[in-house]
Amino acid sequence: MNPSLHRRLLQFGIAALASVALVACGSDDSDPLKDSSSSKTSSGETIVIGSQDYYSSEIIAEIYAQALESADYTVKRDFKIGQREVYVPEIENGSIDLFPEYSGPLLQYWEPKTEARLSVDVFDALVEAAPKGLNILDQSDATDQDSYVVTREFADEYDLETLEDLAKVDDKLTIGANSELEGRPNGPKGLEKAYGFEPAFTPIEDSGGPLTVKALKDGTIQMAIIYTADPSISKNDLVALQDTKGLFLASHVVPVASDKLDDDAVAIINKISAELTPEGLVALNAESVDKQSPAKDIAKGWLADHDVTA
Amino acid sequence: MNWLSQNTDLVFDLTLTHLRLSIPPILLSLVLAIAIGYLAHRQRFARGPVLTLTGLLYAVPSLPLFIMIPVVFGTPLRSGSTMIIALTIYGVALLVRSAADAFGSVDRSVHETANAVGFSPWARFWRVELPLAGPVLLAGLRVVAVSTVSLVTVGAVIGIQSLGTLFTDGFQRGIQAEIFTGVILTILVGYLLDTACVWTGRLLMPWTRPRPRTNSRAPLHVPADVAGGAR
Amino acid sequence: MTLVQGALDWLGDPANWRGLSGIQQRLVEHLAITGAVILVAALIALPLGILVGHTRRGRGTVVALTSGVRSIPTLGLLTILALNLGIGLTAPVLALIVLAIPPLLAGAYAGIESVSVDAVDASRGIGMTEWQLVRAVEVPLALPVIVGGLRSATLQVVATATLAAYVADAGLGRFLFSGLKQRQYSEMLGGAILVATLALVLETALALMQRVLTTVPPDTGRP
Repeated sequence: MNPSLHRRLLQFGIAALASVALVACGSDDSDPLKDSSSSKTSSGETIVIGSQDYYSSEIIAEIYAQALESADYTVKRDFKIGQREVYVPEIENGSIDLFPEYSGPLLQYWEPKTEARLSVDVFDALVEAAPKGLNILDQSDATDQDSYVVTREFADEYDLETLEDLAKVDDKLTIGANSELEGRPNGPKGLEKAYGFEPAFTPIEDSGGPLTVKALKDGTIQMAIIYTADPSISKNDLVALQDTKGLFLASHVVPVASDKLDDDAVAIINKISAELTPEGLVALNAESVDKQSPAKDIAKGWLADHDVTA
Repeated sequence: MNWLSQNTDLVFDLTLTHLRLSIPPILLSLVLAIAIGYLAHRQRFARGPVLTLTGLLYAVPSLPLFIMIPVVFGTPLRSGSTMIIALTIYGVALLVRSAADAFGSVDRSVHETANAVGFSPWARFWRVELPLAGPVLLAGLRVVAVSTVSLVTVGAVIGIQSLGTLFTDGFQRGIQAEIFTGVILTILVGYLLDTACVWTGRLLMPWTRPRPRTNSRAPLHVPADVAGGAR
Repeated sequence: MTLVQGALDWLGDPANWRGLSGIQQRLVEHLAITGAVILVAALIALPLGILVGHTRRGRGTVVALTSGVRSIPTLGLLTILALNLGIGLTAPVLALIVLAIPPLLAGAYAGIESVSVDAVDASRGIGMTEWQLVRAVEVPLALPVIVGGLRSATLQVVATATLAAYVADAGLGRFLFSGLKQRQYSEMLGGAILVATLALVLETALALMQRVLTTVPPDTGRP
């Protein structure tokens, strides 16, 4: 046996273990976007900002983050966390302090049986429903709402304008959407309850993205959920069917915040909500999808055009 | 490549994060697999059950494993620790059989000679059995390295950032360049760590350096291949 | 462990087994996907692997190729394929075939190469053609290793076929995704138990097959 081998192995083992320890310690904040080194903070605490695993939500969260950073708050970005069922518990237990939410779906998460449908009612109910320690800040005019869309050809073929008109379609419809829709009150079962037909369901985990649009055009699905602020609706000439029976709640962009945000921070975020318009949100999304710009740059550009200083 | 030119920082950061999530489980599973494999090799009666059980861990799909780990270990769901534990489990599942076979392949006479020369069991393990088992262990480790790098990407589905984030994000935004970048970088990182394994192996086991032109019918190592892409 | 109890309750509820999205249907789909993938992958990989093992040509290329293919992340491949091919089973099946090829190919060429030189030389000596040699000597002797590759491929495909539910309404992965997205962890864990059990059953069957092939060598056997 090579006498130095033992030592070499031992050294290697120690080095390996040390690097495991080092790397394991370092990997707890697996957020690659952490450039949160702003110096002074008003409250002295780091504000953790979350976002959905949805590019539009990430852009809004990034706007919050940059606006707060330029007011010398320390923020930590914890973006792309998946869907509501995953991240709301993290907001509730205080590991996330600020999150761009959507009023209707969030209300339905907390109160599945809610009767509120109109913008103001939904907002009031949401403020009521929010657990202790969570603040619902001002809602924005910008909406990003679930809507059932069909292709123009399909709408023309059956003369469709509203979801009620779908009764005219003889063949069984198939809906494509993220798999969580299947269990939600406005999914297939909700359609049956409100409109009297139960469609088939197929999961497409791209949140109404290009694959969903492709499936619509290929005819593999007839109807899909696409958010109203998605630029692909107009680009692909899709028709959003009117929801006459109020399956969907009004869904405005609304920030959910913990008590860690002081008055100044709240004022900044409210200012952002006031400046963000429905058209503005579609434009932001288009920049992400068409120009392929990163959220950081899109947010920076938007903040350069809008004064949000408190 | 419009997307790539605007996102080099993100890509670089995600590559580093990916490495940070990949390296600990590879090393941890090597250490654990050597321990478990050696035990299975020494305790004949335990060999069958231990090998079958650990091997089956590989059949557990990764998504539910990510959910179970916080329950068992108390780590937050979307944390690097959860990922590292999950990947260590897969690594061990892949490597334990190789490890047990590696120790089993050490010739009985070598064993007895070591005893006769007066090696303590501890010294025999470190200076005789482990070095002799080295090449087979290395072959297994290389498979673990590549498969770990590829499995890290699945974490993106539950919100653990890595190069896999480029898949889910590119999928939603319809940016194929983003997905391609993620795929190619994942392959490159896998290749990088595989090469690192090979070089470390040569450094530690100089006697295994490839000799020029051996007999083409030389015994061939059957790949320790239960590894592969993400699931 | 209320989580595990929940999963067992979910599995024990007969209502969850019935219907078009019931467990029974999903199990059948999952098995069908796995079977189809392994079949197509074997049709591609086995002849190629046997050819390489027999001729000893292009082995370097095949080794490099398999290790390269093995490092392709299936999730990434799946999303690219889906964006180009649309929803449904085509994209996941193609991605899974790519996943299954390396172990099958490795099993085939390593198996053939492991056949002893003596057996090959002896067969040539008694005047066998190359084709006879492959068919009657090399393949039978290599079978245990080939089945070993099949075993690895099957295990991986069964576990990874859950990703099909990312873009299609099929397979046991549906329980994992809808369970994950809705925090119905009993459903998710129940689905996982089903996948693991399915893998266990297939693994045991193939292991038995491998053992039978190893202990009863065909009579063209070793010297």
